[in-house]
Amino acid sequence: MFINFFFDLKQASLPVSLKEYLMLMDAMNKRVVDSFNVNDFYYLSRSALVKDERYLDKFDRVFGHSFKGLENPEGETAKEIPEEWLKLMGQKYLTDEEKKMIESLGGWDKLMETLKQRLEEQKKRHQGGSKWIGTGGTSPFGAYGYNPEGIRIGQKEGKNKKAVKVWDKREFSNLDGDVELGTRNIKIALRRLRKFAREGAETELDLDNTIKSTAHKGYIDVKMMPERRNKIKVLLFFDVGGSMDAHVKICEELFSAARTEFKHMEYFYYHNCLYDAVWKDNNRRYNDNIKTWDVLHTYPSDYKVIFVGDAEMSPYEITYPGGSVEFWNEESGETWLTRMLNVYENAIWLNPIPERYWDRIASTSIIKQIFSDRMFPLTIEGIDQAMRELNK
Amino acid sequence: MKFEGTSSYIATEDLKVAVNAAITLERPIIVKGEPGTGKTMLAHEVAKSLDAEIITWHIKSTTKAQQGLYEYDAVTRLRDSQLGDEKVKDIKNYISKGKLWNAFESDKRPVLLIDEIDKADIEFPNDLLLELDKMEFFVYETGETIKAQNRPIVIITSNNEKELPDAFLRRCFFHYIKFPDPNTMEEIVEVHYPDIKKDLIQEAFKIFYDIREVPGIKKKPSTSELIDWLKLLMTDDVDAKILREKDPKKLIPPLHGALLKNEQDVHLFERLAFISRRENENVE
Repeated sequence: MFINFFFDLKQASLPVSLKEYLMLMDAMNKRVVDSFNVNDFYYLSRSALVKDERYLDKFDRVFGHSFKGLENPEGETAKEIPEEWLKLMGQKYLTDEEKKMIESLGGWDKLMETLKQRLEEQKKRHQGGSKWIGTGGTSPFGAYGYNPEGIRIGQKEGKNKKAVKVWDKREFSNLDGDVELGTRNIKIALRRLRKFAREGAETELDLDNTIKSTAHKGYIDVKMMPERRNKIKVLLFFDVGGSMDAHVKICEELFSAARTEFKHMEYFYYHNCLYDAVWKDNNRRYNDNIKTWDVLHTYPSDYKVIFVGDAEMSPYEITYPGGSVEFWNEESGETWLTRMLNVYENAIWLNPIPERYWDRIASTSIIKQIFSDRMFPLTIEGIDQAMRELNK
Repeated sequence: MKFEGTSSYIATEDLKVAVNAAITLERPIIVKGEPGTGKTMLAHEVAKSLDAEIITWHIKSTTKAQQGLYEYDAVTRLRDSQLGDEKVKDIKNYISKGKLWNAFESDKRPVLLIDEIDKADIEFPNDLLLELDKMEFFVYETGETIKAQNRPIVIITSNNEKELPDAFLRRCFFHYIKFPDPNTMEEIVEVHYPDIKKDLIQEAFKIFYDIREVPGIKKKPSTSELIDWLKLLMTDDVDAKILREKDPKKLIPPLHGALLKNEQDVHLFERLAFISRRENENVE
C-alpha cells in the first residue's frame, strides 16, 4: 500500500526519492508515532517526504487520493455551495482588477454558473463529494488570472467539522509553486542568475596571497583584492498595451524584483513584437524612441536578454514586413528578433499565458520557434527554469 | 527521548511528530515558516524539554561551512614564529573549534541550532552534507578525525531566501510552521500572559486576524508582533471596550505601531478605514 502511495507521489511529479521513502519506513519501524493512526502517519510522511512548502498542497491531494476510505466516511455528505457564499468569498479575495476582468468575461453570474457546473461534474466523478476543484485542467479561468483555488473553495468548517480530514483542509493550497507570485519569490528565483567576479577597488584582504608573498619576500607583505560582486548584466524587454494589460501586475512585480536583484540592468518597452524601435517611457513613446540598432550596438553580447510578452498577435505581425498594427515596418518582426538573438547568445522569452495554451496560438508557436524553444511561463517555476537556461 | 512541547511553547501535533521523527532517526530537521512563528524558539524549547545543552550557530551571508568545523589561524602563527614564541611548534594551538566540533564533543546529546541557513551562500549546505550525514569530519592540519560521541539533534531554520539543494533536503526531515489558527493562538497567548482578560483577547484577535486578511497588505503581522501588541495593550491598560469601538472615526486600532511595520501598510489601513467610514455614513 505504501509503495503505491510512493508511486502516486512520483506520478504527481513531487520530487521524492528512494532515500526518503526508506527514511519513512525506518521511522515507522522505530515507532516514531505510537499508535498507527492515519493522522500521525500523515504528519510523519509529510515531514519525511515533502521538503518544500510549495509541494505541501500537492502532497495533501495525493495523500487524500491514495488513502481514500481509510477514515470513517460517516458524515461526509455532499454539500451544496450557496451561491451567495461563493460570491462573498470571491469578493473578499479578488482584487478590483480581477473583478473587472471577470466582468469582461461575461459577468460574475455566468462565471459562477460554469464553476458550479464544474463542481457538479467533479462530484460525480469522485463520488465522495469531498473533493472540490483541483488546480489541474478543470479551469479555463486560470488563463485570466482567476484561479478557483485562489478563492479557497474547500471544505468549509461549520457544517460538520468532524468529517474534515486534515489533508482535505488543504491549508497549504496558496503556497503552491504554480499559483503564488510575489516580488520576494521572484527575487529568489532571479537569484539563480548570478556570476560572481572580483572587479573594481581592492577592499578585501587576500589572505592566501599575503601569506604566499610574505613567505616569498621574508617580511609581511599585505595583498588586497576587490570584493566579490554579482556581475550579471541583463536587458529586459516588456511588451506593453493591448492584450498585455491583463498581465500588468505580474510584469510590475517582475520588474521591481529584477531591479533590486540585478545591478546592471536596462529595460525597454515594445508592443507585440520587436521592430526597429523600442522606448523607455510609455508617455513619450512616439517622440522619444530608441532605435533597435542602437540597442544592439550599445550593449555588448555578454548581456543576458529577457523578453516578457504574451506573444499573442496575428502571425503576420511577426513574419511579414508591414505587418505591425501600429505603423509600417520595413522589416519583419522575425528579422529583428533573429538579429537580436544573433548578438545575444543568452536570451529567453517569459510568457504570462499558461503553458498549456501556447500550442493553440499560432504566433506563440512561431516566436517559440524563433527562440529555439526558450520560452518559459511567467510563474516561479518558469522563471526558475529560465534563469537556469540563461546561466548556461 | 521525546519532545512534547513545554509550558512556554505550544507545539502542534504535526510539529511534535516531525521533531520526534528527527530525534529518533538522528537526522536533521529543517523548519520553515513565516517570520515570527517561533522557528528559532523551537530549538531552544526542544533543548529545554529534553534537558540538553543548546549550541547555536547563527549563519550570515559571509559564513563558510568550514567555520562550523574549525579554523586555522595562520596569521597568528606567523606572527608568533617571528617573535620566537614556543607555542608555534604545536599546530593545535592555532586551531579554533567551530560549533559543529563543540557539538560533536559534547558528553550528553546536545541540540545544535543552525539558524537561518538560507542566509549563507548557495553552496553552504552542500559543504556540510557529509559532516551532517556521518557526523564526523577530518582535520587536515593535525590529521585527526573528529567523530560525534553523541549524534546531536540538529535543528535548521530557513527563511526561504534561497532554495536548499536537493541532496541536502533528502537527508533531512522538513516541517513548515503554518500560521497558527485562532485556537492555537489563544493557547500561545495564554502561555505568555496567563492573567490577560478574556474579552480583551477576543477583541484583539478579531482585529489582528482582520488586519492579516486585508488584501494587499505588505507585511502581515506575526505571532511575535501580536504578543508585543498585547503586552502594550496590557501595560497601557486599554479596555476591551475601546477595541470593540465601532465608531468609524476610531477604526485604526490603538497602538497599531506594534502590528503595522511600514508606512504603506498604515496608509492602506487608513484608506480602508476612510472608505468604510463613508459607507457607514451612507447607510445612516
